[in-house]
Amino acid sequence: MWHYEKKLQYPAKVGKADLKMAKYLITQYGGPDGELGAALRYLNQRYTMPTGQSKGVLNDIGTEELAHLEIIATLVYQLTKDACVDELKAVDLGGHYADHDRALFYVDATGNPWTAAYIQAKGDPVADLHEDMAAEEKARATYQWLIDLTDDPDLKDTLNFLRVREIVHFQRFGETLDLIQEFQNSKHVF
Amino acid sequence: MHSTQLKMLNDLQALEFTTFDFHLYLDTHPNDQRALAEYARAHCEAERVKDMYTASFGPLTAEDSINQPCWRWIEEPWPWEINY
Repeated sequence: MWHYEKKLQYPAKVGKADLKMAKYLITQYGGPDGELGAALRYLNQRYTMPTGQSKGVLNDIGTEELAHLEIIATLVYQLTKDACVDELKAVDLGGHYADHDRALFYVDATGNPWTAAYIQAKGDPVADLHEDMAAEEKARATYQWLIDLTDDPDLKDTLNFLRVREIVHFQRFGETLDLIQEFQNSKHVF
Repeated sequence: MHSTQLKMLNDLQALEFTTFDFHLYLDTHPNDQRALAEYARAHCEAERVKDMYTASFGPLTAEDSINQPCWRWIEEPWPWEINY
């Protein structure tokens, strides 16, 4: 089960109203390398991991990704909540307004809906952990591109926190991969 | 949100983050005695600040509403509504 704490993991500060960034940021909500996909990927793969250690890492990083999903949602919500229709139209969010008003939705930066096709669960722990490490690198790169797209220092700060977390997760998954391979080599396979 | 509240919330976020980062580290280094001690220290400090925060500003978890005159859990702002 999960237990909700009424606070964000990191203060998601927005320095200025930059509607265009909301349109780009939404990809980390519902895009191919976003936090929804990450959370669902890891929390689903944990069931077929072979060791307590690997189940724990997937459980805990999957849980942290839910906290990151909430940070991204907060940034998008704060950037869009006071926008008028003309402002939304001006940054090409008229289509989003037609379908969702100012509600958040799980889409990428060009409006494509989230799909389970973004993620996989192979049942093979080595294959799954390689996917997870690649996913962390792709998310890290996405945060870098998002940082490049804004000149708001407050927004850059939050995005940098999230970028660095992807590096830490990559490291933990790499250590887990080593531990799994040790575990597999220690078993007698006939 | 008042700056005193924001400051304490910031401190709590930093302490809980420190605790969680040690937690993840321990997932792959479960016998690291220094990390075990640092985790315990960070957790203890976070609990201390959490108690101060909830006593001054209201619940962070639903059960923090116990012994309050009403169900304060549902009071605004929710985390996404705060101007950090």
